[in-house]
Formats: sequence, C-alpha cells, structure tokens
Amino acid sequence: MAIRSFFLFILFFSSSLSPVFSLYEDQVGLMDWHQQYIGKVKQAVFSSQRAGRKRVVVSTEENVIASLDLRHGEIFWRHLLGADDVIDGIDIGLGKYVITLSSGGSILRSWNLPDGQMVWESSLQGPKHSKSFLLVPTNLKFDKDNVLVVFSNGRLHAISCIDGEVLWKKDFEAESFEVQQVIQPPGSDLIYVVGFAASYQFEMYQINAKNGELLKHESASFSSGFSGEVSLVSTETVVALDSTGSILLTISFQDGKISSQQTPISNLVEESLGPAVIIPSSVSGIFAIKTDAVTVFIRVIGEGKLEVVEKTTHEIAVSDALSISEDQEAFALIQHASSEIHLTVKLAHDWDGNLLKESVKMDRQRGLVHKVFINNYIRTDRSYGFRVLIVMEDHSLLLLQQGEIVWSREDGLASIIDVTTSELPVERNGVSVAKVEHNLFEWLKGHMLKLKGTLMLASPEDMAAIQSMRLKSSEKSKMTRDHNGFRKLLIVLTRAGKLFALHTGDGRIVWSHLLRSLHKSEACQSPIGLNLYQWQVPHHHAMDENPSVLVVSRCGPSSDAPGVLSFVDTYTGKELSSLSLDHAVVQVIPLPYTDSTEQRLHLLINADKHAHLYPKTSEALSIFKREFLNIYWYSVEDQNGIIKGHALKCKCTGEVADEFCFDTRDLWSVVFPSESEKIVATVTRKLNEVVHTQAKVVADQDVMYKYISRNLLFVATVAPKGSGEIGSVTPEESWLVAYLIDTVTGRILHRVTHHGLQGPVHAVFSENWVVYHYFNLRAHRYEMSVIEIYDQSRADNKDVWKLVLGKHNLTSPISLFSRPEVITKSQSYFFTHSLKAIAVTSTAKGITSKQLLLGTIGDQVLALDKRFLDPRRTVNPTQAEKEEGIIPLTDSLPIIPQSYVTHALRVEGLRGIITVPAKLESTTLVFAHGVDLFFTQLAPSRTYDSLTEDFSYALLLITIVALVAAIFVTWRLSERKELQEKWR
Amino acid sequence: MEKGKGIMGSGRRWAVDFSDNSTAPSSRDIPDPPGFTRASVDQDDSTVSRQKKDAESNWKAQKAWEVAQAPFKNLLMMGFMMWMAGNTVHLFSIGITFSALWQPISALQGVGKVFEPYKDNKVDLLGPKLLFIALNLGGLALGVWKLNTLGLLPTHASDWVSSLPPAQEVEYSGGGIPL
Repeated sequence: MAIRSFFLFILFFSSSLSPVFSLYEDQVGLMDWHQQYIGKVKQAVFSSQRAGRKRVVVSTEENVIASLDLRHGEIFWRHLLGADDVIDGIDIGLGKYVITLSSGGSILRSWNLPDGQMVWESSLQGPKHSKSFLLVPTNLKFDKDNVLVVFSNGRLHAISCIDGEVLWKKDFEAESFEVQQVIQPPGSDLIYVVGFAASYQFEMYQINAKNGELLKHESASFSSGFSGEVSLVSTETVVALDSTGSILLTISFQDGKISSQQTPISNLVEESLGPAVIIPSSVSGIFAIKTDAVTVFIRVIGEGKLEVVEKTTHEIAVSDALSISEDQEAFALIQHASSEIHLTVKLAHDWDGNLLKESVKMDRQRGLVHKVFINNYIRTDRSYGFRVLIVMEDHSLLLLQQGEIVWSREDGLASIIDVTTSELPVERNGVSVAKVEHNLFEWLKGHMLKLKGTLMLASPEDMAAIQSMRLKSSEKSKMTRDHNGFRKLLIVLTRAGKLFALHTGDGRIVWSHLLRSLHKSEACQSPIGLNLYQWQVPHHHAMDENPSVLVVSRCGPSSDAPGVLSFVDTYTGKELSSLSLDHAVVQVIPLPYTDSTEQRLHLLINADKHAHLYPKTSEALSIFKREFLNIYWYSVEDQNGIIKGHALKCKCTGEVADEFCFDTRDLWSVVFPSESEKIVATVTRKLNEVVHTQAKVVADQDVMYKYISRNLLFVATVAPKGSGEIGSVTPEESWLVAYLIDTVTGRILHRVTHHGLQGPVHAVFSENWVVYHYFNLRAHRYEMSVIEIYDQSRADNKDVWKLVLGKHNLTSPISLFSRPEVITKSQSYFFTHSLKAIAVTSTAKGITSKQLLLGTIGDQVLALDKRFLDPRRTVNPTQAEKEEGIIPLTDSLPIIPQSYVTHALRVEGLRGIITVPAKLESTTLVFAHGVDLFFTQLAPSRTYDSLTEDFSYALLLITIVALVAAIFVTWRLSERKELQEKWR
Repeated sequence: MEKGKGIMGSGRRWAVDFSDNSTAPSSRDIPDPPGFTRASVDQDDSTVSRQKKDAESNWKAQKAWEVAQAPFKNLLMMGFMMWMAGNTVHLFSIGITFSALWQPISALQGVGKVFEPYKDNKVDLLGPKLLFIALNLGGLALGVWKLNTLGLLPTHASDWVSSLPPAQEVEYSGGGIPL
C-alpha cells in the first residue's frame, strides 16, 4: 500500500514537471468542439452570380460580414470587424466585390466575393456626424468605372468601385441639416439628397452624379414639423409623419419642385390609433405605418392621394423590393398565425394578386419574424421562384423555399450573456442484455482495432475506422450523468432572451426556450436578460427534483426598472414559473445556504438598498433569520469611485408589511480620490471554488498558511487621465493602484501602487492569489503581476505533536472582525499578448495544480501554468526550491505554442472563458464563448487519476492471459523436471 | 546454514558405539584380565561422554555467538548501499530503504528459529539473542534514519497540515458592481 502511494506520488511529481499541455493531431475533436456563428443578421444581399455556388452576403449585429452558402447555410468566409467598427451598410458591386460601410460611415471597404479577401479600404472624413448611406447604382458609370455613392459624416462621396479612390465629394455643411434619404433614380445622372433642417423644414438637393455639382436646392417649411423616418414611395416622392404622429405628409420633388399634401391618418382609418411610426421600406408606391396594435399598409395613387390597402393586427414583416423585370417589383410579406407563418410575395403595383402564398410551420420558440430578405430564381419552366431569408426574434436565420425550411442557423448563440451548468439526469435501471452483448462485441472489436493500431499492424482503412470510432463514441453524447462528470449541460442565456442547453459531449442543442418573461408585453416594454443563477441543484435528499436555474431580467435599460425572475427546469427546458417583481434588481447575492429542497437562498437588492429574500417561503425565512447577523453586502459605485459596505438592519418600514424585505444600513465606505484614482476592475473569488488546503508547504518542509477568505475583493484603480487608450498619457502621469479589501469590515489588507502603468486591467482571483494584466508604459509592453496573501497569525502553528493530536484551532470557524495579520508576496513579469479575458481552472477538490486561461487578442485561449506566476521565483533557486518545483525567474512569461487550448482554432470575438470542475479531480471543463463557441477538457497536471482514453485494455488483457499461460506451462515443465531428477 | 544444521541438530544419522556399555561381561566364560575392574571402565566411559558433551555445547555457544554477530556485516553493507543510493527519492533509494527496513524486521520475527539449533540446557543463549536483537534494531534504526533523510517520515509540521481544510468564516458578504 505504502509503495503504491509512493509510486503515485512519483507519478504525480514527474508529471508536474512537464507543464506542457498539448495534444496529437488525431486527438483534435475528441474532447473538444467548436461552433461558428455570425450573430443577428442586419442586412443580407444575395449574390446574383449566374455561375458558381449561390451565396448570400450578410452583415450582423456582432459586426460580422459573412458569405453563406444558400444551399446549406454554411459559412464560406467570415470577417469580424472590431467592436467599435459597427457596420452601417453592405452591398455587392460589379457582381464580385462586397462593399461595406462601417464605423459611422467613415470606413469603406471592398472584399473579394469568392474568397473574402480585402481589395481596398478608404477612410471617409466629413465635417459633422450624420446618418450614412451606401448606394451602388448599377448603371452609373464614370470612365468605364462603376461608381459607389456614399453619404457619410455630412458629406457626399462618389467612389470608384475598382480601387476605392474618391472621385468627387460635396459637403452639406448647413448646421441643422439632417439627411434622411439619398436617392439615385436609375437611368439618370442625378442624385437627390433629402432631409430636414431645424426639424420643420424640408430640404432637397439635386446633384449631378458625374461631378458632384449642385444643380438645385429647394426647401419648404412645414409648421407641424417631422417625426421619425421618411419612407421613399417613388424615386421622387417621400412620405413622412408630422411631429404628433397623426398626419401623413406626402412630399414630392418632381423636377426640383417641392409640392406636398397632408393627410390625417384618421381620414384613412376610421378608429383612432394613437401616434404612429413609419416602417421604412423601399417598395415603390406602398408604405406602412405601425401603431401599438395595428399595422396599416397604404398605397400612394398619384398626386399624393393615399389609400389603405390592408390593415392587420398580426405581427408582420416586410422585405425590401426586389426588381424582377424592367418595371416590376416584388416584395415579401410575412404574417404570423399561431404556430404557422404565412409568406406572401406580391407585386408592388398589385396588392391583391399574390405571386406566391405559402404557409410554413414555425417553432414557437423562435418567436416573431424580425426581418425578411427576398431573392428570386428561375425555375426550369422559366417562371420565377422565390426564396426568403428570415431573421427571427431569437436571432436565428432561416431560409424558406417552396414552403419548407431549407436550413436554419442558431445565430443567437453568437451573443451569449451568461453561462451556467447543470448536471444531467442519473441513469435509471440498466440496459437490456442484448444491448450489452452487442456492446461487448463492439467493444472487443474496437479494442482489437486499437491494439492493431498500437502494434502498428493497422492498414490505413483500419486507422480511419479507429479515428471515426474515437470521434463519434456514443459515450460522450449520452443524456445521462457519467462517472467522471464530463457530461453536463451548459445553460446559456443569449441577448435575444433565449435559453439554450448545450450538451458538453458534442455541443448539440438539447433544448431551447424563448423566455416568456423576456417577451415584450404591456407591463414590460423592453425586457433585457441580465444573469443566470443556479437556483436548485438537487443532491442527497432531494434527488427526485429536477435542477433549475434562475434567470434575472429587467424591464428596460435603466437600473430602476422593475425586475423579472423566471425559473427554468434544466432537464426539460420548461419555464416553471415567472415572477414580475414590483421592485428593481440592482444586485443579486446568492447566499451559501439552501433549504430542504436544495433551493439556494438569494438576496435581491433594489435601487433603494432594500434587500428582498427569495424564495419566499417560511423555511427560507427561518434559515435566513438564523444567519441574519452574519450577512453583509457591498456595492461598488465605479462612477463615483466609492465602495460601500452594508449590513442588514430590520424589516422594511414600508406601507405594505413584507416579511421578506429588509432594510439595510451603511457600515463602511472606501472613497477613492476622484482626481487621482478611477476604478477599472474589481474581482472576487468564484463562489463555488473549492480549496483543498490552507497550508502551503515550501522548501525545507516549512509551512506557510494561505489567507483564504471568500470575502476578499480585488480592486484596481488607474489615474483618470490614463483610463483612455494605451499611449494617450505619459508614464509620469499614469499609475495603477491595486487593493485587497475585506468586504465585511472594509479593511484594506493590501495596497500597492505601480507607476507608469495603464489599463485595461484584467484580473482573476483564486484561493489566496490575484493575477492581473495591464500595460507598462515605460517598458512599452504588457505585464502580468501576481499577489499572494498569507496569514501570518497562523504561522507559529508548527508544533508537530499538537498537529498530530489535533490540538490546534486552525480549522475552527473564524470571524473577520478578529484582526488578521497578513503578509503579501508579489512579482511582475512581461507578457507578450494583450488579453480579452482571463480565467483559472477549477477542479472538484482543488488538489490539482492550477492553470491560468488567457483569452488572447488573437481570439485563442492560452493555458499558462500558475507556477510561472509564483512570487517566490528567484533567479537562482536553491536545490530545495528546485525540488519544490520553483522555476528560475525570467523577465517574461513563456508562451509555449503547444499550450494553446484552442489548438488551431479561433474563438472569434472571444468574450468569456468559463471553467467547470468535472467529477474526476484531475480534469476541468473549459467553455469559451464569443461569436464562436469552444469547449474542451483540460487536465492541468495530466490525468493522474485515470487511464487515458487511448489506453489499450485489450493489450492489458492479452498480457495477463499470456502471463497466466506462461505460469501454467512453466509450472508443468518444472514439475516434470523435478520428477526426472527424483528418478535419477 | 543448512549443512551446519544437519550436523548439529538431529544430524547424526548413524553412530557406531565402540564402548561397551553393558556392566555385565558379555561372556562369563572368559574371565576378566587380572587388574581389570569393570567399574573403572564404566567410570572412564562416562567421563569421555561428558567431555564430548562439553565440547559440543561449547561449540554450540560459539556458533550462536557467530550467528548473533552476523547482522553486523549486513549492517555495514546496508550502510554502504544507502550511501551509494543518495538522498533523492527514486526507485533505487526507496528499494534499498525498504529492504533495510524489512530485513531487520523479518530477522527479529524469526529470532527463536535462528537460535533453535543451539538450544541446549547448558548453553546460555540470552547473550547472543540480545546481541542479535540489538544489531537488528540497529539495522532498523539505520533504515528509519534513511527514510527520514529521504524526507518520507512525518516529522515536520508540514506533513500534518498539508490536507488541513481552510477555516470556515462566520460572516458572508456578496455584491459588486450593480447589474
């Protein structure tokens, strides 16, 4: 027994000496999966190329431009523009260039359509900020060169499509001029720029498209003013609403003359509708207005006469116009009807006739149709067929053709807000015998194949079979809990208010649920999902209950909008209940107590600093009352630079008696001087982190006691001047101050000032250490620092006999009001990359050594051993320190290419890294999300507690059988020999 | 060992006794020679056998002392091996240390058996036994000392606190930046 444990120790020791995590080429995809998304589509342009594969180019709200295969919805190519480079418009020029206008109309780029390479980029400056428009006229030529017309930043540009050169430009400098439309009537050399000035004057500029010369400028004033957008109903007529939203203004500027007509909406529609808004559409002759309840389609019949063609109370979506022949325009209209959607394609001038009418069954969990894009194709019988691309409320993208959903993409997963995990159901009574036998045969066959592979006898086909068997092993995607805890559900909340459950084995969507509470309603106009919490994690005595999560959301963007809670069963995805709160939710504090059904107690703090206890049961209340005096909370007001600590006082003193509401009082506050410090980062330890031991054994058998506290807050502040971009300040006027603050007592345990440093600061807190990343202005490099904090008051607990007999008070509960004596050790290192996210691995018992997971600027995840960030590193470690595993100090942290967790993949737009412990101590599950999703398993100290996946059991079996046979044979031989000896 | 045991122990498989033990003359018809007294022969005979027994027990005692001293050589060899093995934990040094611990223990368990052949009423085995035990204990101590130098003995505080869970905190605080 002793020997075995020593061997284990040796194994552990030797494995910890080689920190490199890497995998072989054939192991890719075994434990990890990667999914690519694009986000909610803003605009789609169909490529009209005759030859080659049909494709659609889309721009999304995640600032992605992508070219998708129209047949399968796969991504041909994709580019993620920066977070501040918002796409304003896309189009296809000359049939082979994708033109994008971004960054508020100041950057125009052209990409090659087949492969997505950038062709050119021009930056467009202008006198003032304005709306931006991108037009790609088909027949406007300029020396055989197609011209792009771009209006941005108050300036009109004509740009060559070939090389992006600005051919001419024209400024619109009038102070109050607000551009509303830029029109280029096909077949003419004119450009109209229409807009409002001073909100009651209509302005029209007629410009020569050849040279930018101003031909005409007309204006007309309307005393009633304007509101909202204008809709273009023909090339020379626009429709606008007056400032009250009740009168329609039809403004025509034919031949440069402005004429107008006013039509009150009440003349068109009998009942009063209240203020309306115009839904912008480009269908000629028709526009739509929308009020709270109804959508009205109105046709313009010459001379500004208006006529209602349809009035509907259904939710409706209209596409832009698609010209199908010389003078015909078609558009698509989608209406909702319970579980179906009705798609109609109409011609612009013929409302009553339908080119196409289809009904498609639609999953309720996808919500409403938000956008429609129409495209046509020519059928074999030379008639027109139509396909439409629709964007749903849950941000998914679907292609409809011939009454069917051809493909769908779950692009809501590109914008994840929060992630939590849930266990899978326990496997109920066993599988049938036949299945076992089949499995046994398969198992043996598989292992024979593997054995062949190990003995290098396998043919290429066998190798392929082995690889495919490994990749789609049914074990990893089962819907039950496994022994090692690798199979879990990742519950993710997306910006669209949809919950997804992803299986960790293969990343498939187990269920998805569009939260009803996050639906727009009377009471809640613009609900926003905020966070996910584990509400109920049943184990031990509440095994029969399903686990559930709590989704906290809020009606509207302001912090005092009332909150909404919903509880969702994680096995089925059903919304168990939802609560519309009468108070706001500013903070949610999960308490470390659960009731008898394993529901976790949560404290919700509202804007008036009242604490509300959930669940609202008497049992929860009694548990809470017991711990009442030990519960504190703190708030970080990063705008004011104040951190405040609060304690609970008594029942709320409101007019309505509510025994679950508590008043709070201020205990302490830390005020940072606003002229010299600004809070840029705060981090605490993860609530569910497990720490194995409080002692750290250092060289020569010495012991240091870690200061482990759940209530420790790391705060980083920088000089207010230095909170901008890197390089905007000199090193002399920039600094970074790091604090460790006890959040119960407000005591500052440690404070360190670094001079010449600048943010952004990324930090992670685990056990008794903090690692933070920042920019060093003096060295012109990024740096990472580590602070470790040790409890000095425990340091004299070194009497072996006391420890043997257990006569020490090291594990007895402590109060934070007893004054701790702490010492800190810290060290800084250069680091090459700038970071997007930082996380640390977490394991079930906290025994395994830790790795930092760094989300690099290249959208990859790099694993870095914590031992590289050990403040006890020295240039020349002693023999004892070397044995302990201390690495000689170097000025910069090494980046080992094999330790990229994401190996060859990129998690585009990386935003967060989440680690979840598996049941197997050596292993941790890592989920990285951004526009893409990536999941893998990590073993920071290798899998010292289990055999690797490619261990050949067959070889072991054969070895044992061979040994037994050999023993038997040699025994018989020796017996015979002995007999002969005796006869001699 | 085996051989020695054979001779010393139940050993003597056969023996020809040349001395006539019978007090009565074998044949009465031949008278005893003059001056011969049978009684004296008898007496003489017994003194011879006593002498022999003395020699044997002497020899046994000597052998017992030798056996008792045997672990000393072992001890020296073990010490040399340990010195060769060095102070780092690896397979060789662990093997040496464990054999150094195991040998004395197994020897001590078999103390009675080792001295069994020299059991005699006249031989005092206490001395050799004590020496044997002392030497083996010395070997054991050497093994333990080696174990300690390898750092495998829990004699430091660090060996007892390495799995001490962190202390519970009475207070709990949560919060952060407002949502």
